[in-house]
Amino acid sequence: MAERKERVTCIVCPVGCKIEVSVKDGEVLSVEGNACVRGVEYAKEECTSPKRVLTTLVSVRGGVLPVTSVKTTKPIPKELVSRAQWEISKVTLEAPVPIGKLVLGNLLGTGVDVVATRSVEARKAVGHR
Amino acid sequence: MRRSSAKPSLWVLAVREREADVIVVGGGPAGLAAASSCKEAGLEVLLVEREGSLGGILPQCIHTGFGILETKEDYTGPEFAEMLEKRARDLGVEILLDSYVSRLSQVGGCGASIEVLSPRGVETMRASTLIFSTGCRERNAFEIGITGDRPAGVMTAGTAQALMDLYGLLPGREVVVVGSGDVGLIMSRRFALEGAKVKAVVEITRYPGGLTRNVVQCLEDFGIPMLLSHAVLEVRGRKRVESVVVSEVDEKQGPVPGTESEIECDTLVVAAGLVPEAGLLEKAGAKIDPLTGGPFVNEFLETSLRGVFACGNVLVVNDLVDHAVEQGRLCAMSAKSLIEGTMRRPSAWKRAVPGENVRFVVPHLFSGDRDTVFYSRVRSPMRDCSLSFNEIDKEVRIRAAMPAEMVRVRIEGSLLSGVGEALTFEVRGWPKGKRG
Repeated sequence: MAERKERVTCIVCPVGCKIEVSVKDGEVLSVEGNACVRGVEYAKEECTSPKRVLTTLVSVRGGVLPVTSVKTTKPIPKELVSRAQWEISKVTLEAPVPIGKLVLGNLLGTGVDVVATRSVEARKAVGHR
Repeated sequence: MRRSSAKPSLWVLAVREREADVIVVGGGPAGLAAASSCKEAGLEVLLVEREGSLGGILPQCIHTGFGILETKEDYTGPEFAEMLEKRARDLGVEILLDSYVSRLSQVGGCGASIEVLSPRGVETMRASTLIFSTGCRERNAFEIGITGDRPAGVMTAGTAQALMDLYGLLPGREVVVVGSGDVGLIMSRRFALEGAKVKAVVEITRYPGGLTRNVVQCLEDFGIPMLLSHAVLEVRGRKRVESVVVSEVDEKQGPVPGTESEIECDTLVVAAGLVPEAGLLEKAGAKIDPLTGGPFVNEFLETSLRGVFACGNVLVVNDLVDHAVEQGRLCAMSAKSLIEGTMRRPSAWKRAVPGENVRFVVPHLFSGDRDTVFYSRVRSPMRDCSLSFNEIDKEVRIRAAMPAEMVRVRIEGSLLSGVGEALTFEVRGWPKGKRG
């Protein structure tokens, strides 16, 4: 297979380096245009197996807010994002939810966990149904 | 201190007075950082917040991208907000929630007094320094000239975000988003993830307004179409939005007749830019920069009102929370030096002015006595260019400059001291073959 060049926009940080990756036979030959080392890994991955951090919501029962925000602790394969969203949406937590609480372990067998990114205090019983 | 109101008022509430070294108005990221730094510096600080909770807009920004420069970690908005809040609370910053500042006035040539409305009543608070961190507000559908019916389903992106990500309500199922800045892009992804269909993101300019990474991850990942050089002209619908009329626009951003088309949708989300909430400052007599919409400031981030400082999005609309935090900290340091009497203002300020392809520069005035951080934005996107100055020997290479990304530059005092009256910020093409 011939060598191909792929242009990747780095998303590790907001600088957004334009990185050029040379790929041959599924092997990364060179990475150019990255301002930091984190860009190298990202660019290689985006060309071979793209991944995304998923941030979404989970229902909370009895909290001052009806939802808490959650994130995957690491990026998950891009093609799993919509299945993961569906999986996470089935969860309901009980308040209080501390920040960092484990919401789902080993999401879809990826080895990545889902944790709460917002603490939600319990609603005071007085004055509520 | 407690005293009864001199004049009878509609409020049968106590009018109280308070004093502090520093009052911080607004408990978002800039205000929290400012208040914490003041406390650390040994100042008595009072943080006044109009909402019932702290963090400003961060708690509803559930995506990542916060605090990378500050912490080298990639946090979500709510996580970063909780960190800032925890620090302020651990330090023992006095925080007044549900407290709306209705008036700001300068007193005695330095410092300020504010009138605060809250469930506690009406309070007057005075401080020798005041840090203003009230953030910004969103432009609405009327401000961008959208006409037609006025049904339910037209809302700003921030409202949609609060409904969805704080209160767990899906605000619509078929959505058109106006504006391709980061706010519009991120909300498009949120709608798509929650099962709504984003019919289009409509952008009036020729290029996307947000960061490339958001164009990639928020639109391309979800197959959401972007209509560049297009505008939403009209909303149609009786009770709920039924459709919007879009059209192409010419170079002057005016609609091109004959290019109109109708997009069926139930929701129109307006993400058409942010405006600093500088109304109270302006009323108090602070000079406002028409280019930023925020106050005119010197290198201490002090407004034209002595002892009144500004940071965060009321100073200049930031794209990184890290910059808002940095500005907050600088305000705290400035307040400290003013209180301690070590602040030295020059006899004549030098001016920082925008030149070629630069929309604004903040701060506006500098002394040349110390290193100074300047924030600016380009007018239009440019590849392989540099931020340069005619007056001093400094050039900062920028591989890709776009309006969405703030250009932050720190210039050494040794260079700034050599500037005459003004320093002109220009972004120009990088000469071919030149090393940098």
